[in-house]
Amino acid sequence: MPPEHVSPPAAWAEIARPGDFFVQTFAVAEADVRKLIHDPVELFTRMVQPVLWLLIFGEVFTRTRAIPTGGLSYLDFITPGILAQSVLFGAIFYGISLIWERDLGIVHKFLASPAPRTSLVLGRAISSTVRSFFQTFLLYVIAELLGVHLRFGVKALAGVLATVALGSAIFATFSLIAACIVKSRERFMGIGQVLTMPLFFASNAIYPLSLMPSWLRAISSLNPLTYQVDALRDLMLIGGTSTFGLLMDFGVQILALTALLAIATKLYPRIVT
Amino acid sequence: MSSRDCGGRDNTVPARRFRRFGNQTGRSGSPVQNESETPIGLHMNRGEPSANAAAVVATRLTRRFDSFTAVDQLNFTTAKGLIFGLLGPNGAGKSTLIKMLITLLPVSEGTALVAGFDIVREPREVRRRIGYVPQMLSADGELTGYENLLISAKLYGIPYAERQKRISQALDFMELADVGDQLVSRYSGGMVRRLEIAQAMMHRPLVLFLDEPTIGLDPVAKHSFWQRIRDLRREYGTTIFMTTHDMEEAESLCEIVTFMHRGRIAASGSPAELRAALGPSATLDDVFLHYTGASISEAGGDFRDAARTRLTARRLG
Repeated sequence: MPPEHVSPPAAWAEIARPGDFFVQTFAVAEADVRKLIHDPVELFTRMVQPVLWLLIFGEVFTRTRAIPTGGLSYLDFITPGILAQSVLFGAIFYGISLIWERDLGIVHKFLASPAPRTSLVLGRAISSTVRSFFQTFLLYVIAELLGVHLRFGVKALAGVLATVALGSAIFATFSLIAACIVKSRERFMGIGQVLTMPLFFASNAIYPLSLMPSWLRAISSLNPLTYQVDALRDLMLIGGTSTFGLLMDFGVQILALTALLAIATKLYPRIVT
Repeated sequence: MSSRDCGGRDNTVPARRFRRFGNQTGRSGSPVQNESETPIGLHMNRGEPSANAAAVVATRLTRRFDSFTAVDQLNFTTAKGLIFGLLGPNGAGKSTLIKMLITLLPVSEGTALVAGFDIVREPREVRRRIGYVPQMLSADGELTGYENLLISAKLYGIPYAERQKRISQALDFMELADVGDQLVSRYSGGMVRRLEIAQAMMHRPLVLFLDEPTIGLDPVAKHSFWQRIRDLRREYGTTIFMTTHDMEEAESLCEIVTFMHRGRIAASGSPAELRAALGPSATLDDVFLHYTGASISEAGGDFRDAARTRLTARRLG
């Protein structure tokens, strides 16, 4: 029987179009943001810790005046540090969701789609930054209520958002890398606990670099959190200044993020093998 | 196998293409087809570079984990438009094989063409043309059915102008239109499976891979799921490549079944042929036992397999 030609069905496998990369990247982020909209409780429980730091630690230490803060009140001084910390803590456990979604098969499905690996990783980093914006908003509300001297210029606020976005993306990507290496929830939680406190303490978040012993200062200068806090101190506070300069702060962060994204893209497919 | 199962369409070619399943042991069943069987609806003209190539062609496809060879030098060809079932005890290499074909697992040796593209050299072209539904219930429970489809549509690059149309089509086809705005965590197991098929079909793949799709489903949901798969194949000419542990499923849904054992193909052919080769009253269970040396109930799996299956079953519960 000679084969007849039949008309193709309504459509078939899609061809690639320019702009697909952005659609795919934001689709990954969108999935996460839509989940947050359905169940935003997490955003609020995340704020408990920073509030305690500001309200208790900040208020008490602001009375001691033992820490050289360069003319700022101690409460003012640690506010950028606490913002950076809450962003760090929010992002550093982000990888657990990758392991969880791997166990559910969601990650398999994403990996079997034509979306490039880079967009799968970048999309997740972006969804982490969306969470961090919400944290920033709530922290500003609390800090204003406590009388912290905040700057509200458009440039300053845009700078703060950019810094927070970078910081969140850096630590979320770092967390994804850890998840792709350890692969199990239990081991990941262990790693997360081990990492968070050293990252926090080996930074200028709650005390200036000048107070640190030289070995700790050396470690701090390799910690992206230090540059994040440094930039935030300049951008958030009236009278705040950066130690390294904003150019260096952003340069270091962009470099760190680029390197981490490249590593994560390479390791990402390993999560399912 | 009844011809009703295979749903030929009037304007399609009743294809009787020879299916070859090579293996090292030479124990393959003879895949000769009766003329009256399987008039298969094929859409041949899909604008693909190799439109008449088979859906899957494996050449010495091998995967090793350290010293263990999970998939061992497989050679086989799956014709387009068929519902193809892969059977075998846990640990036989089925999941490893599927993971390689969908480009999630690097191959150790050999390669395969899926939808006309090489899984090693052109993985993204392969991914563009396949759909995949994992064994686990992979629709996102924290999103609605509509949102799950929307994300899939975007990942598969379905243009903005088409998206809403495709999504409502998919919801209608899978009879989920009424619950499209509900969170998937409220869906029954059968509904989740239908949603997942809809997700995997958004971009009209040439080959749809299903990993134990009906595990944990009740009989009613299972039968309705089978009907969906037949409808889908009739509508779009999609090749279905599935693994299963369910002999009833293999018997009534699959046109070709292949038994894997220790990383190799132990037997292949239509369920009727495979049964007939063993004797007049043989069942597929007997075929399984004959070729793999283990009955279904005895077939053990490793801890991870069992744990995953239980997780899926619990979510379906």
